Amino acid sequence: MSALRTTVFLSLAFAGSPAAGQNAADAYYDPQAMAAARAALKESHGNQINSLVIAERMEYSHSDDKDSFVWEAQGWVGTDLHKLWFKAEGEHLEEEGTEEAEVQLLYSRAISPFWDLQAGLRHDLEPSPNRTHLVLGAQGMAPYWFEMDTAMFLSEEGKLSARVEAEYDLRLSQRLILQPRLELNLATSADRELGIGRGFFDSVAEIRLRYEFRREFAPYLGLSWGGAFGDTADLVEEGGGDPRELSIVAGLRLWF
Amino acid sequence: MNRRQFLRHGAFTTAAGLGLALPPWARSGVSTDLRGLRSLSSSVFDLTVNRAPLTIDGRSGAGILVNDQLPAPLLRWREGDTVTLRVTNKLPVDTSIHWHGILLPFQMDGVPGVTFPGIAPGETFVYEFPLQQAGTYWYHSHSGLQEQSGHYGPIIIETRDTDPDAAEREYVILLSDWTFEDPHRVFAKLKKMSDNYNFQQRTVSEFFRDSKAQGLRATVDERMMWGAMRMNAADIADVTGATYTYLLNGHGPEDNWTGLFTPGERVRLRFINASAMSIFNVRIPELPMTVVHADGLAVKPVETDEFQIGVAETFDVIVEPQNQAYTLFAESNDRSGYARGTLTPQLGASAEVPTLRSRPTLTMKDMAMDHESHGAHSESRGDHPAMKHENMDHGSMDHGAMDHKAMDHASMNHGSTPTTETQQHPHKRGPGVVGLAMNPVNRLGERPLGLADADHRVLVYTDLKAREQNPDLRPPDRELELHLTSNMERYMWSFDGLKFSEVDESITLYRDERVRLTLVNDTMMPHPIHLHGMFFEVVTEESDYKPRKHTIVVKPGEKLSVDITADAVGDWAFHCHLLYHMHAGMMRVVSVVDQESPV
Repeated sequence: MSALRTTVFLSLAFAGSPAAGQNAADAYYDPQAMAAARAALKESHGNQINSLVIAERMEYSHSDDKDSFVWEAQGWVGTDLHKLWFKAEGEHLEEEGTEEAEVQLLYSRAISPFWDLQAGLRHDLEPSPNRTHLVLGAQGMAPYWFEMDTAMFLSEEGKLSARVEAEYDLRLSQRLILQPRLELNLATSADRELGIGRGFFDSVAEIRLRYEFRREFAPYLGLSWGGAFGDTADLVEEGGGDPRELSIVAGLRLWF
Repeated sequence: MNRRQFLRHGAFTTAAGLGLALPPWARSGVSTDLRGLRSLSSSVFDLTVNRAPLTIDGRSGAGILVNDQLPAPLLRWREGDTVTLRVTNKLPVDTSIHWHGILLPFQMDGVPGVTFPGIAPGETFVYEFPLQQAGTYWYHSHSGLQEQSGHYGPIIIETRDTDPDAAEREYVILLSDWTFEDPHRVFAKLKKMSDNYNFQQRTVSEFFRDSKAQGLRATVDERMMWGAMRMNAADIADVTGATYTYLLNGHGPEDNWTGLFTPGERVRLRFINASAMSIFNVRIPELPMTVVHADGLAVKPVETDEFQIGVAETFDVIVEPQNQAYTLFAESNDRSGYARGTLTPQLGASAEVPTLRSRPTLTMKDMAMDHESHGAHSESRGDHPAMKHENMDHGSMDHGAMDHKAMDHASMNHGSTPTTETQQHPHKRGPGVVGLAMNPVNRLGERPLGLADADHRVLVYTDLKAREQNPDLRPPDRELELHLTSNMERYMWSFDGLKFSEVDESITLYRDERVRLTLVNDTMMPHPIHLHGMFFEVVTEESDYKPRKHTIVVKPGEKLSVDITADAVGDWAFHCHLLYHMHAGMMRVVSVVDQESPV
């Protein structure tokens, strides 16, 4: 950039140069000051760094079996096209402690008006044994306003899994919003140590009703139905758990 | 009289007891101020830009103000004078003043990074230029987002001749939008969640209401159509009454700016829209308005009951109020709020304040996809031969690449740009560009969004006819086409799919050439597009009396043209005057160079 400006400036010094018509103010003001102002103007008209942190779910969850705290948050920092993106989610059981906790750090690149391609790492802090995965995903908005987040994960054990999340905001009023949400998890091979069977192994279907006191601040109530399937369900049952579970949730959605 | 003397002289109390920050002309109902306009009136002015406290509708805040006043002082100039303006920056950051609509040497135009380096903290910059015109204009910061914080004020240039529109009394009616949020926070929030200020979204109950009115099937189809495109028919304004207080001469609606008149007088109202983001629909119930000037220049008088004023436009109207109070009502175009004032023969009286009308909804036509309306449109305007598209370098605005001889001049004298074929889009697409106008049409004769059904007269652009013959009757030598592009979801705004930050070249015009600039709005929003340094003729059916303007609102789905005589050598800013759109990148530099320059 600065090299280019220098070139333009130098060429201006020679009458009849191709750039003679541009940077006309250099004839009236200090060309260096103009170059700095020009660079600042350019940066501040389209190339700003912005950021978002959104805690979509910070909730207390109650079912027949357990009480827990569940979180899911993500955020980004970057320009319109290039962003550094983080995602975090997990569940902390009141009695047994943290059951699941994962974090992802991704590079996110806008590839079309509504979609970002994302690649990076995911690390599972819980359960044990910890796993680290390579992530390749696409996040964005599908037609009819479905917010989508899809990703493939390749673990250090060489196990490939995938996750698809979809949610939709149904506006009951300007501030009261009903949000159905679906999450599906698939694995191409079992990871017995983690209690994951092959194939379509678990899903979550949820609905939340939030009230946006401010756009940035919305408490909610909801229902969450989680189910394990196939081998995974058997593994859950072997461990004395219930593969199907309905919870009542209450929480807060925040962004800034 | 210098500024200090003036301020001392002008430091009288206001009726409402507010207005610590208000310049005298903007104060409300001041009986000692019968003409309504007290101004800094001289040829040498001292202006100081500083952060200063203000009060709006009883709530205190701080703004970036000129001479501690909101709006900034009215500058009253005289055509033919040379004015000197010493602008001192007391802010911790750079500032600037751009003289909006004023014809001047480009190095005095006040755009940092284009025409000068800006005014550094502590520095005094001296602007000096001769005045070649008369009329209503305004001035504002062109640095960062300072304009949103109150850095704007009116300019009146008196004509050297007798003013045929002189009235017994006149008021400046400066409309603006104020937020107590930090403007950079507003922009950041738009980038995070672009619809966060919209509290007039379509809801389930609106769906049932529409189903009842239009049938379930039609309503479902319509919702599916918008959903398929991931576009929002309720997206009228990006920043709304959810954060804005709309101001009239610096007064909130509660503060009710009041102007006095004596029944029987002709009153001239000089409307200026100094908003950052708000397009207003203006009316004075029970009082017809005769529009006499647009963007500072005289038009043939045309009477109307309501007009839309885009950001940065100005309209002078003449009214003849009777012995009663009237409400000046400026409704934001998304109907999320209003600015309001009162014209009354008696201090303290006020008239009924209209209720806000319901939020308009975008249609297929705004998406430039309504083939039928295009047909109807062509019919009403006659059948134009298509432009020779193959001979023009569409979209690419580079200098040198244009074919000067290839235009079909005969076809270009017509009022509208014919679009008998599907619109081409030879510009960048990608993440920043969502919609493409397939069949954009000329909508200059159409009422603005949301006013189609108003049961009174509404001003349209084709009602405007220059009072004096256009100074340059040559047909254009060539045509440039520029597309207004966006992705609302990511809050990206650009021309031809490129943000200002992505462009190295300016749009080059050659000195004294006639250029037709055709604007195609691929977005779902109206954009007030502003060219610095030169007026342009809006291409209507008029041949020699086209309205000349510095800013024009391009409706969604519209394709319109303006003719420019490139008579002002230098670099000029060209941008959407919605502040956050410009900030997001909807801007270019237009360079007017000597023809002799080698290319």
